[in-house]
Amino acid sequence: MEKTAQAAVKPQKNNKVTAYNKWGYIFLLPFFIIFVIFQLIPLVSTIYNSFFENYRSGLTQIGPNFVGLKNYGALLTGGDFLKYFGNTMIMWILGFVPQIVISLLLAYWFTDPSLRLKGQRFFKTVIYMPNLIMAAAFAMLFFTLFADTGPINSMFMQMGLWSKPYSFMSHVGSVRGMVAFMNCLMWFGNTTILLMAGMMGIDTSLFEAAEVDGATASQIFWKVTLPLLRPILVYVMITSLIGGLQMFDVPQILTNGAGDPMRSSMTLIMWLNKHLYSKNYGMGGALSVILLIVTGVLSFIVFKFSASKEVER
Amino acid sequence: MEEKVTTATHVRRVISYIVLVIISILCLFWFYILFINATRSHAELTKGFTLLPSTFLGRNLYNVLHGTLPVARGLLNSVIVSGSCAILTTYFSAMTAFAIHAYRFKGREAIFTFILAIMMIPTQVTALGFVKLMTSWGLMDNFIPLIVPSIAAPVVFFYMKQSMDATLPASLMEAARIDGAGEMRIFNTIVIPLMKPAIAVQAIFAFVSAWNNYFLPALILHKDYMKTLPILIAQLRGADFLKFDMGQVYAMIAFSIFPVIIVYLFLSKYIVGGTTAGAVKG
Repeated sequence: MEKTAQAAVKPQKNNKVTAYNKWGYIFLLPFFIIFVIFQLIPLVSTIYNSFFENYRSGLTQIGPNFVGLKNYGALLTGGDFLKYFGNTMIMWILGFVPQIVISLLLAYWFTDPSLRLKGQRFFKTVIYMPNLIMAAAFAMLFFTLFADTGPINSMFMQMGLWSKPYSFMSHVGSVRGMVAFMNCLMWFGNTTILLMAGMMGIDTSLFEAAEVDGATASQIFWKVTLPLLRPILVYVMITSLIGGLQMFDVPQILTNGAGDPMRSSMTLIMWLNKHLYSKNYGMGGALSVILLIVTGVLSFIVFKFSASKEVER
Repeated sequence: MEEKVTTATHVRRVISYIVLVIISILCLFWFYILFINATRSHAELTKGFTLLPSTFLGRNLYNVLHGTLPVARGLLNSVIVSGSCAILTTYFSAMTAFAIHAYRFKGREAIFTFILAIMMIPTQVTALGFVKLMTSWGLMDNFIPLIVPSIAAPVVFFYMKQSMDATLPASLMEAARIDGAGEMRIFNTIVIPLMKPAIAVQAIFAFVSAWNNYFLPALILHKDYMKTLPILIAQLRGADFLKFDMGQVYAMIAFSIFPVIIVYLFLSKYIVGGTTAGAVKG
């Protein structure tokens, strides 16, 4: 009797649990409906458009005609793609290298127990602040500050360091340098905090052991901290590279979309933006798909890295 | 020996303070000049550079708000879009995270992996199809394409999921169920209040990123009275620059940057902590 009662109760309980669990699907619905409508359909449509010839030449509309992979061929052999890809990478590297060096140094100091730095809250608040400001406004600010008649030029002239204004906006090096500097300034605080989290995760007994063995501070940094930090460094580098490929706001506003001088600061997304405005959907689509593939490969590497880390713990 | 170590540490400490101060100045310098220049009149600005504020801040702000660019309207538009994004993205991301966290259904693992996999799809690469779709639906110059997609935000979802794993025990659900609460009510009256700290942090981030967003709004919003602040900044850059009252230009930039900074200074404790919790586990 008792046995049958138990048997009767058990499936009932299971049913109830299954009944609860259907709510998992219900709660997932909003996400997936919105994802399909606003991301998946546009993505499919972008890929679809990349196989068609579809643009305006003057007042006449050409296409849409199916052309297969012709857009990709034209894009990759046209020279512009490589030029803009190169611009994007140069500005990314110019910003990333100082960023990672400064971030490593600051994160190391912040987490070093023997230093016991005071005012850490203040410094962290200050270095993270540029990350939150509007890139468009920041670029506009730099444009006005570094204009020929702007305060930077007048400051140097007042100090007598140079006699006539330096035209920051018409030299390749200074425009690229400004873009890189702004990106570096906006992101090094974020990177510092990520690296700090990584450094605090390192077992402190390793540092103590190294110290007992007579290692100096710099030896500990190069031989203990850095190798243990490699997974996070890879993560930071690849996510920054993905962000770098999407570089748009700063150079767009700084150069008013022209990528001057001589298109030397034109990035891939600025180019995509141009295609979207001129309604060249075929080329724009092909460019989008290439960017998607590159980002996908890079993300996959990050994903593999984080997944293997997850397994280890 | 002991002495030598302390001197070395002392020297390192001094060096690190000097570097930190220099870097902090490098961060703050731009905002300081922006503030100073926003307080100066056009005539003063053309005369040269100074580190002392002047008295024209009110005048400049007044001129910006009553100038040719619809800045007051832009501010309102930015607040509407960013505020709506912050609310929708946190509420629905918490809901999505709750689905994965609290229920055991078929395909749960696969769905979780899928959401993580789509995390890195940049909005730029879907922009073409997005703009075409919105055009065909007559949603250009409408806030819907800028607000509603924030419901599906994998990054916010991931953060919420992490934070639920840390703060939401399964026993709580069972207790609520025994009390006869429905699943929707459990989510709204128990889970959401418990998630308040995580929601607050993510709401701030969502607000700020929508506030700063330029690429997509510039493709969707073309009518003057619909434009958000970043588009107006871009328009300012595109206009014939030298004809402008420079005091107004600086006031306009200050107008877009300082609200975020002021909020940040009040909430920095949560924001600086919040960045790591989502990105790296321990």
